[in-house]
Amino acid sequence: MTEPSIQPVVRVAGLSKLVPNGDATLAILQDIELAVMPGEAVAVVGASGSGKSTLLGLLAGLDLPTAGSVHLAGVDLFSLDEDGRAALRKRLVGFVFQSFQLLAPLTALENVMLPLELAERDDAEAQARAMLARVGLGDRLRHYPKLLSGGEQQRVALARAFVVEPKVLFADEPTGNLDADTGAAIIDLLFELNAERGATLVLVTHDEMVARRCTRQIRLAGGRIVNGAR
Amino acid sequence: MGRLRLAARMLVRDWRAGELQLLAVALTVAVTSVTSVAFFGDRVNQALTRDAHQLLGADLLITSDHPLDPRFSGEARKQGLASASSTRFISMARRNEASQLAGVKAVSEGYPLRGRLRIAPALNVADAEADRVPGEGGVWVDERLALALGVGVGDAIELGASRLTVSAILTLEPDRGVTFFNLAPRLIMNVADLPRTGLIQVGSRVTYALLLAGERQAIDTYARWARASLGRGERVQGLDSARPEIRAGLDRAKQFLGLTALLAVVLAGVAIGLATRRYTERHLDNYAVMRCLGAGQRQLFALFAWEFVALGAIAAVLGCALGYGTQHLLSGGLSQFIAAQLPLPSWVPAAQGVLLAFVMLLGFALPPLTRLGRVPALRVLRRDAEGGGDWPLLSYGAGIAALSGLVLWQADDVKLGAHALAGFAGAGLAFAVVAYVALRLAARAGRFGGVAWRYGFANLRRRARSSTVQILALALGLTAILLLTVTRGDLLAAWRAKTPPDAPNRFILNIQPEQRAPLAQFFRDRGLPPVPILPMVRGRLAAINAVEVSAASYEEQRTKRLVEREFNLSYLDVLPAHNRITGGSWFSARDRERGALSIEDGIARTLGVKLGDQLTWVVGGQTFTAPVTSIRRLDWDSMQVNFFVIATPPLLERHPTSYITSFHLAGRHAQVMNQLAQAFPNMTVVDTSAILRQALAVMERVVEAVQVVFLFTLAAGLLVLYAALLATEDERVREAAIMRALGASRGQVASAQRAEFIAIGLLAGVLAAAGATGIGALIADRVLHLDYTPNAWIGLWGLGLGAACIAVNAMASVRAALSRPPIAALRAAE
Repeated sequence: MTEPSIQPVVRVAGLSKLVPNGDATLAILQDIELAVMPGEAVAVVGASGSGKSTLLGLLAGLDLPTAGSVHLAGVDLFSLDEDGRAALRKRLVGFVFQSFQLLAPLTALENVMLPLELAERDDAEAQARAMLARVGLGDRLRHYPKLLSGGEQQRVALARAFVVEPKVLFADEPTGNLDADTGAAIIDLLFELNAERGATLVLVTHDEMVARRCTRQIRLAGGRIVNGAR
Repeated sequence: MGRLRLAARMLVRDWRAGELQLLAVALTVAVTSVTSVAFFGDRVNQALTRDAHQLLGADLLITSDHPLDPRFSGEARKQGLASASSTRFISMARRNEASQLAGVKAVSEGYPLRGRLRIAPALNVADAEADRVPGEGGVWVDERLALALGVGVGDAIELGASRLTVSAILTLEPDRGVTFFNLAPRLIMNVADLPRTGLIQVGSRVTYALLLAGERQAIDTYARWARASLGRGERVQGLDSARPEIRAGLDRAKQFLGLTALLAVVLAGVAIGLATRRYTERHLDNYAVMRCLGAGQRQLFALFAWEFVALGAIAAVLGCALGYGTQHLLSGGLSQFIAAQLPLPSWVPAAQGVLLAFVMLLGFALPPLTRLGRVPALRVLRRDAEGGGDWPLLSYGAGIAALSGLVLWQADDVKLGAHALAGFAGAGLAFAVVAYVALRLAARAGRFGGVAWRYGFANLRRRARSSTVQILALALGLTAILLLTVTRGDLLAAWRAKTPPDAPNRFILNIQPEQRAPLAQFFRDRGLPPVPILPMVRGRLAAINAVEVSAASYEEQRTKRLVEREFNLSYLDVLPAHNRITGGSWFSARDRERGALSIEDGIARTLGVKLGDQLTWVVGGQTFTAPVTSIRRLDWDSMQVNFFVIATPPLLERHPTSYITSFHLAGRHAQVMNQLAQAFPNMTVVDTSAILRQALAVMERVVEAVQVVFLFTLAAGLLVLYAALLATEDERVREAAIMRALGASRGQVASAQRAEFIAIGLLAGVLAAAGATGIGALIADRVLHLDYTPNAWIGLWGLGLGAACIAVNAMASVRAALSRPPIAALRAAE
């Protein structure tokens, strides 16, 4: 009896990102090979300028590579046009950012509703309320981001990321703007939600403690993976 | 459907967050100012047309030199038109030994169909509208006939074979118009009494008229039928023109109002552009986040486009409603001077308002919005990721073109609209160039100050483009405010001065040469100021440059009539006041010797006469030819005696001359007229006080209307100022936070910003003073035809206002920058 073959959720092949720098070319990422299996939690670590954020941007289809491919749930990202990639994100991807990226004119509830509304879901409000209650902000629905603390803002961001039941969650330094205690609480919540919803996590961080909680660490240096690739 | 709902939600959310208010207010102000003026203009136009009907006493008139065939009134009944009749002739009215030739009008019940007669119960007492025609056996006589015959109300007069009783003094016949010549005193009687007079016999010179009124369509149908059915000696009279003396004032007012509204539109456009730019700046990140969350470019563009369309629709409806309300305010008092009631405005202005809102959104909001569409999702990770730089000026091209088209449509006067647009464009460009150059120079000069000044001036150089935009916007806003405060007062004063309350309200015609001295003495004896007594000779234009002139030479009806009739020529050595030479020069000594003519600008154009043309005239059977050596522009509003053609005295003084004068008679001197009529029975006095009163009243109302519309423009100007100040606020707050974080004191931050503001404010103030003076002079010259002296204080006002803006801006900005701890400001700016 053979095991059912499990496809990676994220598969990266020969990925390079070069940018012109005067007459020369600067390699930000070079020949990245990577596969992330469903349910994995992968930490991307490395020094500043090692190419972590660029990699994340390419994995999510926010940026275009110089060479190579990224398959997200089996779909070749760069064979799609910009709107095609956006549609794929809408279906599969959740995001958490270092600077929260909440929309200032929207309340906490509306921020969480937004991705559901963009997907034209009728149950947006109910889902968003439930999700905010889950992250412990059931009493802050009508608050605007500027009235929330950093930790609270990141909770709203987590709620917004998980409310669409994403297959993959990309997190870019989710604790980078938070103090140690608050950051730890947010990471706890992130892992809890990830486990509950069975999402795959790709997390960029330079916090070794956070990285160690992931199932696997990928270390980047000078635009190459120095260990952890599979 | 889901998208529309989401767009509606986004609209509500952005509104709640205060992101759209400025935009909405700017749009609403633009729509309100344009629609209020358009609604008002529309109603006044309709009213003037109706008013013109009052000059006929009807919508349509059929006149004839013989009794009209009954089929004319039969057809009118068939078309459902109201009708009345009048019979006019000249006859001698008598009382005892006194007799006077009078213009008699015998009218049927219902006369006049448009407008009202006014009568008074006695001489020199207040009059009122008459609600019917004289009863059988009664007549209404005007003041001159009453004085000439020495009769009052209740006295009997004889007319032909009948004896009739004066039952009222006639004070106003709306359908009489003002013709200065061949004016006989008037008498109105009931047509039922006509046969008893025995005056209508074969061969009598009588004009029969059938007056008709009704729905426009029925009138048009009837007019077509009547024109096809006319017999010998029968004519159809429609409208020629409304009352020129009032029309001139209102036309000018409409231009003035139109320009004011136009200014509001341009300013609102600037405010909308600035507000949308700020909106875009603040939404770049949001857009990127939404892209990240999986929204497609088209989906997002549609979302924001719908949001703005909804905003435009709301602003348009609100603006139209406010415009309609304001128009009520504008026309409230005017109706009593133009017609009993102003007709309701048509839907066209509302359509213009809605169109304007969308054109403005398209023209001024779309270009910055398209920038949102180009924002890459990557911006969520890297703030410097941009979708192309600032929007190119070209992208505004389509919007500006569309707006220009709309403005021309609204201005209803291509030349004026084009002038104004070119003026604004020129001013904008000049402002931008001067501002940019001055900023570069200021940045250079700033190197020599302290740290704060150096930093402030370095900012000017670094932000040369956005600072130029800010100065441009500030200067435009200040220009509007200066125009509306300083220049407006000057313009209105100059306009009012054209028709002063003591403008002449009586004309005396038929003054014989030997009566000049006694007439002057008459005025002196009564303590009245001396009056100019001007010579007048009747002559017919025979040829232009030796080519014979006849009615057949001209296409236009008005010109044909002009050529057929005799002109009133004058001969003078000195150019009369209220006349301005616009071509050639006034008579020189040599002109006097050779003989020369000066002709009025408008009639010269009508007749196709140019400077240097030789005009041949027939005066008293003799012919003379002289060249045109000057063209004059007349001030018809002045109500003074005006002449189309003035000759050098030697040309005309040997011909039979009568004299004319005009003067102002205050109400308390009313009895002077009775004395004048007794002392100089041959003279004809024309009372224009009613017209003057009406013209003055209309002007006062119009001035009020202009003030109201000015308020919108003022509001638009203030909006621009506000938007301009907000434009760089976010950036300043962030910079101040960085400076503070680096250890700058509050004072240092404040003075760095102050240096920038002082340069911007002063520059904008100077530009605005120049702009307001230029635009004011342009409006005075091209639109209002006024002599306008620029206000010497305007430069100071401009600097003062610029300084005030600096103060407000600096305070607001410094407060915004310093009110929070630097970290909060930095975080908020992230």
